[in-house]
Amino acid sequence: MDLAERYQDVGVIGAAGKMGSGIALLLTQELGLRKLSPDGREQSFKLTLMDVDDRALDGLKRYLRGQLRKFAEKNTVRLRELYADRADLVENAEIIQAFIDDALDVVRTTTDLGALSRNHMIFEAILENIDLKVKIYDQLAKQCGPETYFFTNTSSIPIGLLDEQAGLGGRIIGYHFYNPPAVQKLLELITSSKTRPDLIEAGKQIAADLKKKVIPANDVAGFIGNGHFIRDGLHGISEMQALRAEVGFAGAVYMINRITQDWLIRPMGIFQLIDYVGIDVFQCILGVMDRFIDDEKLHSDLIDTLMDKDVRGGQRSDGSQKSGFLRYEKGISAVYDLDRGDYVALDAVFTEPLDEKLGPLPEGYLPWRVLARDRAKDEKLAAYFANLAKSDTLGARLALRYLQRSKEIGEYLVRSGVAGTPQDVNGVLLNGFYHLYGPINDYV
Amino acid sequence: MTPRKKVYAAAGTYTISLGSGRKEFHPKKPRPGLEHYIQEAGQGVIAQISDPNVIDECVVSNFMAARFNRQGNLAALMPTIHPSLEFKPSTRVEGACGSGGLGVYTAMKSVLADVADCVLVVGTEVQNTVKAIYGADILAGAGHYASQRKAGHAYFFPAFFADRAGAAYEKYGFEKVRAAMTQWFVNAIEAARRCPQAQEYHNAAEDLYALGNAKPNPKAFADHINVFDCSKVSDGAAGLLICSEEGLAKAGIEKKDAALISGWGTSVADVTKLPEDPTSLATSRSAIEKAMAMAGIGVSELGFAEVHDCFSITGVLMTEATGLVPQGEGYEFVAQGETKPGGRLPMNLSGGLIGHGHYTGGTGVRQTVDVWKQLTGKAEDFQIDVAERSYGLVVSMGGNDKTVVALAMTQAD
Repeated sequence: MDLAERYQDVGVIGAAGKMGSGIALLLTQELGLRKLSPDGREQSFKLTLMDVDDRALDGLKRYLRGQLRKFAEKNTVRLRELYADRADLVENAEIIQAFIDDALDVVRTTTDLGALSRNHMIFEAILENIDLKVKIYDQLAKQCGPETYFFTNTSSIPIGLLDEQAGLGGRIIGYHFYNPPAVQKLLELITSSKTRPDLIEAGKQIAADLKKKVIPANDVAGFIGNGHFIRDGLHGISEMQALRAEVGFAGAVYMINRITQDWLIRPMGIFQLIDYVGIDVFQCILGVMDRFIDDEKLHSDLIDTLMDKDVRGGQRSDGSQKSGFLRYEKGISAVYDLDRGDYVALDAVFTEPLDEKLGPLPEGYLPWRVLARDRAKDEKLAAYFANLAKSDTLGARLALRYLQRSKEIGEYLVRSGVAGTPQDVNGVLLNGFYHLYGPINDYV
Repeated sequence: MTPRKKVYAAAGTYTISLGSGRKEFHPKKPRPGLEHYIQEAGQGVIAQISDPNVIDECVVSNFMAARFNRQGNLAALMPTIHPSLEFKPSTRVEGACGSGGLGVYTAMKSVLADVADCVLVVGTEVQNTVKAIYGADILAGAGHYASQRKAGHAYFFPAFFADRAGAAYEKYGFEKVRAAMTQWFVNAIEAARRCPQAQEYHNAAEDLYALGNAKPNPKAFADHINVFDCSKVSDGAAGLLICSEEGLAKAGIEKKDAALISGWGTSVADVTKLPEDPTSLATSRSAIEKAMAMAGIGVSELGFAEVHDCFSITGVLMTEATGLVPQGEGYEFVAQGETKPGGRLPMNLSGGLIGHGHYTGGTGVRQTVDVWKQLTGKAEDFQIDVAERSYGLVVSMGGNDKTVVALAMTQAD
């Protein structure tokens, strides 16, 4: 079966979730465009979107409709060409509406996993839970045809394990989209030793069709993205714990978050990033990695304690950020104090003595958002980090240790075969985490 | 033809040109509507005269309120400016982006026909009501919808002028033409920074030349031109009074505060046809020739001009349409800075359509107000030295060089 034929019958499981809805959107767009291509006009396309809750599926359809409009508005130049033979469609508004209708016509929603038995390709984006994934793939292996391809959106669970437990015979590949999938360009493509070569080829082609940048990763729990992020986060937690005796929990969280955002010139501080991902998700990935990686203890008592206290981070359904290490009201407004079990406002009385301890930012510092648009950013970063290395403030020492640890993690990922090259590690951090420089660099 | 009597412009005003670039603009927040702009401009005129009761008649120019705002019958919005306008004559005129010029021209005809001494002209458009991709559908009405829209580009009008730019690249060489277009953009923003009502007044970009030279993106926009070559989507209004000599006296306006419209020309060309030579603006040229002939002046007597630059290429071609330089020489003329203040013919001193903004149906009125401001010394930070008996030219153009009004104006006293 060739890929064009596979595209005619596609399914998404967990389609109403955060990742699933983005994957569903990308596929709706792709199938909508295929339907308008010269070959596609003679074919029928079906995208079956499955989730457990009807209300969530209603929400998914609204989301798809809204996002398809935005997509069509941005691609009207091309859509006018594709609809050139439709004399009844004259205005941009008519063409945009026609595309939304045509694309949505391929979509079927269902709460029944059995409805996916005839799909040629299934994208799965359910919770990051090994038992649940194994159960679903067991069922799919029984009900689907012997040629069905499976694409699992996981950021930590080994593909080989799912393959083996469900008996998929190499028909599963790791397809780690970054959040939100419709926007983020990066896709980590994870193959196990059993993954079929034809599936690897198809996986690359689909990623190209969906306009994604593929970085290959080997089948080691956490892969490249979480392989770096989780260890980087643990380092932040450990540095924070070391400062805690002197400045208290809230003070230490504030300081390390500032070091990682400002001194390291990253888009977010480490604790903001953990909140963004979700402390619950962080805990879950940590658990998976700890289970499959033998020579390293990957655990955090603090994360467990925060979860016990219901400090979880993550986002609400409207996309707004929930409180975690930090509280977010028009930006970061307060920081959690484990000692008191409450949030402390980030006012000058709180921050000034801590900032004073850290010392001034090294010369040449520019905020991430400014440097991100600067064509000479590489030279400016090199000059800045040279100044940082010469600086003898607490802030600079913490930052330097952080850079060193980040580099060690990156080099470990290459050495242990998770990533093929240093460029792959750097590529994931640049494209998936929007860092301005890779962890494997000459700055330290 | 020699006009039977003198006709003057006075008491000009305009609102800010609201749209992307202005700090006040937020696409998701509520904004003033059509009525607000008509009232603000109209009341701005009335504030400059002794008695609103002297206004005999109103003209409102607008292109597509029926689609942008779902509102027709604009003539009857004029009494919302002031109660004295109730039961007065009022006319709405439309000629695409040249509506404003036609509005001024229509008011002049009432004065010349001896049926009015003071005519209030307001030109307006409120077009941020729809996204640009849908606005392109609406603005496409300035071309021939039935024969051109289906085959046309998503960004219908930008593509028309991109074709003109492409033809110029081919004929005169890319480097030369592109340099002129980019310089036109730079001049427009620099001028707009001197006019507080201009849409680009807040523009703080450091390297304007690099910005204006951005590579075109045909997938998202048009061939041959970039978004900086293109005037923006704007909401705004401009107003002024068109008077006879008696009208000036009745309104309490001194001659030194008025400008004389001493020549005018209007021309249309067949909207169903594409231009024979895309590297010239033949209809504009025809209207400008008529205006200058009526005023009895040659191009050397022009001190400055307000020309229609919906796109940077249009602005460059306008230098040739004035007759100041032969066809093919406008590119170097602009690239060498001859249209900047201090150049041989300063143009668009408050930013033009690219810098000031382009509230389509009101632009011609705004241009006339700007020439009046220069001639009466009211242009503040964008004022240039205007010699006595010097002329300012207005060129208000609709569509792809299809409906044009040109005015030659000078000091009234």
